[in-house]
Amino acid sequence: QSGAFGGGCMSGGGNDIQWCFSQVKGAVDDDVAEADIISTVEFNHSGELLATGDKGGRVVIFQQEQENKIQSHSRGEYNVYSTFQSHEPEFDYLKSLEIEEKINKIRWLPQKNAAQFLLSTNDKTIKLWKISERDKRPEGYNLKEEDGRYRDPTTVTTLRVPVFRPMDLMVEASPRRIFANAHTYHINSISINSDYETYLSADDLRINLWHLEITDRSFNIVDIKPANMEELTEVITAAEFHPNSCNTFVYSSSKGTIRLCDMRASALCDRHSKLFEEPEDPSNRSFFSEIISSISDVKFSHSGRYMMTRDYLSVKIWDLNMENRPVETYQVHEYLRSKLCSLYENDCIFDKFECCWNGSDSVVMTGSYNNFFRMFDRNTKRDITLEASRENNKPRTVLKPRKVCASGKRKKDEISVDSLDFNKKILHTAWHPKENIIAVATTNNLYIFQDKVN
Amino acid sequence: MLSKGLKRKREEEEEKESLAVDALWLDPGHAAVAQAPPAAASSSLFDLSVLKLHHSLQQGEPDLRHLVLVVNTLRRIQASMAPTAALPPVPSPPAAPSMADNLLASSDAALSASMASLLEDLSHIEGLSQVPQPLADEGPPGRSIGGAAPSLGALDLLGPATGCLLDDGLEGLFEDIDTSMYDNELWAPASEGLKTGPEDGPGKEEAPELDEAELDYLMDVLVGTQALERPPGPGR
Repeated sequence: QSGAFGGGCMSGGGNDIQWCFSQVKGAVDDDVAEADIISTVEFNHSGELLATGDKGGRVVIFQQEQENKIQSHSRGEYNVYSTFQSHEPEFDYLKSLEIEEKINKIRWLPQKNAAQFLLSTNDKTIKLWKISERDKRPEGYNLKEEDGRYRDPTTVTTLRVPVFRPMDLMVEASPRRIFANAHTYHINSISINSDYETYLSADDLRINLWHLEITDRSFNIVDIKPANMEELTEVITAAEFHPNSCNTFVYSSSKGTIRLCDMRASALCDRHSKLFEEPEDPSNRSFFSEIISSISDVKFSHSGRYMMTRDYLSVKIWDLNMENRPVETYQVHEYLRSKLCSLYENDCIFDKFECCWNGSDSVVMTGSYNNFFRMFDRNTKRDITLEASRENNKPRTVLKPRKVCASGKRKKDEISVDSLDFNKKILHTAWHPKENIIAVATTNNLYIFQDKVN
Repeated sequence: MLSKGLKRKREEEEEKESLAVDALWLDPGHAAVAQAPPAAASSSLFDLSVLKLHHSLQQGEPDLRHLVLVVNTLRRIQASMAPTAALPPVPSPPAAPSMADNLLASSDAALSASMASLLEDLSHIEGLSQVPQPLADEGPPGRSIGGAAPSLGALDLLGPATGCLLDDGLEGLFEDIDTSMYDNELWAPASEGLKTGPEDGPGKEEAPELDEAELDYLMDVLVGTQALERPPGPGR
């Protein structure tokens, strides 16, 4: 199912897609400032906005320019729309520990009015941010001068009605809610319910349900903490609400299982409705079997019929109606299977890759090492490996597919496994909800690729 | 900390070993397994895993996922290295004061304690290469062979310095410390406990330098934290 494909085309909904470089954001130099390491990437529901979070606790939002009708060779570019400091480092005095400001996840709320809202979270605290535009300001106050100084009331002889006059666009981000003190362990996921009123947050051992309006209370809906911590053998790695059923959510574990829960069944969803687990392949058994089965990401398809999981070596698509095995499995970098010991030694085996669906659920994407990322077309069963690199940074340059040579004679343009750079990892990728535009994060740069528009 | 001999061996054989080892783990049925290397390979992987565990526990707030995965891997390796030795069941903490139990239950130090006890088990199993000696600075993994390991978790919470035990017990810990500051009259009689603590046999399992009032206070704070953790909700 995973033959590497040498050409530059892949099918997406019947049309051949050729991926082209569009933009790259971030510092050019190789010396990466720790704070600039990108930790999450997310398009909003319309795709007009693209948010990134970094290790320094900052959120940067890019906005797509309206399509330029004259230059119709490409879709609008993404430019910085708003930058703000979402989280600051904190100190937990009781435990004498610093709480990192790194943004673990950003999730957008659907737009209801002129303002945009998003949830951002670090290890312990979730915040609801309102991003609003101001492009007008009132002028002509009676008691104030234009510069803000108060006028002497005795000099006022006539009254006028202040009017709104245009001003340079200002984008303001303000924190509207702070959801704190509900997680003992590190938050790994947040997910907004399809009711758009509630959301869940998951840490290593617990999942809480919040109402967006209420910050001083949350309901605990999953708790896998054993009474005796000595018995702890499994943690929660990701959680997500079903896109359509507001009572359904899933959570994945470090043992490679996914549990689907129905909140109508009981208040505390410790008993799953469904348990998705693929039996271990005995021929591939090793000391590292559990580590590589640990699920690093779980995402429902837009349709809600399928879910995708990412473990260390593969991407699996599950049909929600079939628990005993995935319906599709795609090998991301099977050539690493023989290197697991080394990857254990340098801790790369613990890297958490994310995955994403395209808008029509026909293609899935995930990252790998050496700044490679992979796409799998579910219909044609073709896959492609591309690289996010500044070397290909001419706009509308079609990206050349990459191939890794696992063993034997290396062909021209192939890269051998041993020359892969394991420090260049693509953990975070996102796909525009409607168009073939993707955002791929390397350590500290954000790449935007688009399909070639003729 | 790995002894020098062990480190040299790893450096020399690392290349060969990791490739060979990788192949071995691909196919446990392979003929090569029947020959010598598996024990050596498992042993070096065991050491590596213990090192990782140490490193993880030394973090202020260990990455729980990393910790759990390393521990589970360690258990697998251990099981394969000594398949006939009956693994001692993970012991429940010895009769530590119930207060310590409550503290354990509500804090992350509980995991540290459980890991500490796990490692203590491992160190008792015959035929293993030396468990790397813990670094002598602060941190939960401080342990002695046969020390009161599980209650170290509580001790760690109450006083990090007491979390480290050396082979010769607490006396060794205080030998090098300049205790002249404790001679100061301003210090309450409780500090006398600090000086004389090491000689107090029975008092070893409890934190010598905190009195009941302070333990009560800490309990209150932690119970308060626990209440925050578990806000009342339906079914709770």
